[in-house]
Amino acid sequence: MELFLHQIISGISNGAIYACMALSVVMIYQAIHHLNFAQGEMAMFSTYIAWQMMAWGLVWWLAIPLTILISLAGGFAIERVIFKPIENAPVLSHIVIFIALFAILNSLAGFIWDFTIKSVESPFGKGPFMGSPLLGKHQAGMIGVTIVMLVGLWAFFRFTRTGLSMRAAAANPESARLVGIRVSRMTALGWGMAAAIGAVAGILIAPVVFLEPNMMLSILLYGFAGAVLGGLTSPLGAVIGGFLVGIIENLAGTYLGGVGAELKLSIALVLIIVVLVVKPEGLLGRKIVQRV
Amino acid sequence: MSDSVVTDTRPSPPAGAETRTHRPATAPPARILSPGNIVAVIVLAVLIVLPLTSKSFFVFQMNQMLVYAIAVLGLNILTGINGQFSLGHSAFYAIGAYSCAILVEMVGVNYMATLPLAAVICFIAGFLFGFPALRLEGLYLALATFALAVATPQILKLSVIEHYTGGVQGIIMFSDTFEAPVPFGLPMESSTWVYYFTLAVFVLVYILAIALIRSRTGRAMMAIRDNPIAARSMGVNLSYYKATAFGISAMVTGIAGALSAIVIKFVAPDSFTFFLAVLILVGMVIGGVGWLPGCIIGGLAMLYLPNIAEQLDDVILLFARPLGLADALPGNLQNSAIRLSGVIYGFILILLIYLAPQGAGGLIRAVVSRLKWLKS
Repeated sequence: MELFLHQIISGISNGAIYACMALSVVMIYQAIHHLNFAQGEMAMFSTYIAWQMMAWGLVWWLAIPLTILISLAGGFAIERVIFKPIENAPVLSHIVIFIALFAILNSLAGFIWDFTIKSVESPFGKGPFMGSPLLGKHQAGMIGVTIVMLVGLWAFFRFTRTGLSMRAAAANPESARLVGIRVSRMTALGWGMAAAIGAVAGILIAPVVFLEPNMMLSILLYGFAGAVLGGLTSPLGAVIGGFLVGIIENLAGTYLGGVGAELKLSIALVLIIVVLVVKPEGLLGRKIVQRV
Repeated sequence: MSDSVVTDTRPSPPAGAETRTHRPATAPPARILSPGNIVAVIVLAVLIVLPLTSKSFFVFQMNQMLVYAIAVLGLNILTGINGQFSLGHSAFYAIGAYSCAILVEMVGVNYMATLPLAAVICFIAGFLFGFPALRLEGLYLALATFALAVATPQILKLSVIEHYTGGVQGIIMFSDTFEAPVPFGLPMESSTWVYYFTLAVFVLVYILAIALIRSRTGRAMMAIRDNPIAARSMGVNLSYYKATAFGISAMVTGIAGALSAIVIKFVAPDSFTFFLAVLILVGMVIGGVGWLPGCIIGGLAMLYLPNIAEQLDDVILLFARPLGLADALPGNLQNSAIRLSGVIYGFILILLIYLAPQGAGGLIRAVVSRLKWLKS
């Protein structure tokens, strides 16, 4: 029983990472109805920026907010420069551009910072959390940050004017434009926020997995799994989905024996396919009805 | 190699009526000496003569190019003809390669006989994967196949099947003879024979692909691509044709994988990562989505894009030297430049999407129509 509990808790702390990734996936999905395959690489690049600033001697409470701001601007810029011109292009063009972005960011990071792994210190410090044998300080910090971010986003979309405009722009671009909302700017803002959330996810995960250009590929897959499981239209669903993926992954790794531990990525694959086939709208998502 | 992706808008004849399709009376007569066919014959002739005049390394490269071209052709059948996406064709490439390697090394099947077997295995794998994927439109299919591509190397390394797959080490092919044996006592080197074998398979697969497109099945697939709802209301069974397209596409890419195992004589899990899937996608986009002859251009692109990245360090030095920056550059610029290859793929892809979304096929068509316009 203690093993089970231990696995659940460590699953939740891994899940916090996936929840962050899933949250940023959902942010972009809300804005442009596309899955950004370069999301993980954007997060990785942001994490490198944070690492570089800390390596230059900046304290973490300056470096991390700065990184988040840079990521926000970066995501905004990517939408403006690369995606604005092909807004109405077919899906294939978008997917190809995502892949292009993926390749560019991945190899640029390798070019600038080398492919050797770097370790990153946790801003929450080392050691167990409040003397608990089950949870480290960093893990507790990750869970806390994820929940704070979720509440913050909820408040942003619920109570601020910009948040309301973004929701309107996503729900019905035509009508939103007619009431004076700058729809394309809202889209770009969605990109910026997704990049910023991705940066937080990257910084949270770097102390756990070490920093290297390919670190995000599998995390992104779990993030997608979490987003799909929770529902691509629901930020809360994405976070719940992310935590669930973390728990499922850990339990499978423990109780399915050697196969479970070796097949962690395939678990995400199976999860994605099962959810998409059985319940494509996810746990908390809206059903999308297509009009002919 | 004329442009074969013309959506046929004629309704299919009702059941019971004469099912043979006739060319409409107004259609121009089919010409054997059309420009497309002439180019095709010239390309084929060049490919046949090539090993007689070139160094063996170049022949090896062209062999790889043909293998890549088959893989691109496979993806094009799915994306260009049926309008479905896949970021996971590296998985089917891997299944083909491993089927071939295991059959040759463990079972002792002749390597040429493994191709049909690998094709059948890949068709089944693709069909089965395509079946749940059917319910997934565009983006979701891309997501599911993305997951497949990312998970593939891990599945191949699984310790339960390590006895067959060789785990992380992979499988070395032809461990007894060191090279693919030449059949019938033909007087040529093994590499030359493998080249001609690949070329023959390529031509066969290409002809079959064209036949597929011109068949009823092919037209149904294109109808689904152009308008799924209209196709369905005309009686096209969406799930059947989509899964079949997925299966055929996986089969063709799997054949390419099996050939790659024969050409490179080695398979290992880390050759079949997500980046291979990206490379196949890049090849397809460069060649032209939905334009089958583009597969050769796509194969060339897949082969030479990494080399372009290697040339880049010379270019960087050319600009850095006059500015006095040469010393500031990292010493192993060569290696760093290779790392930049992803940046180059990326920029080429973005430029293509902006400037020539139809790829090389679109460019050629534009040039041809401009020439015709000038002549008239």
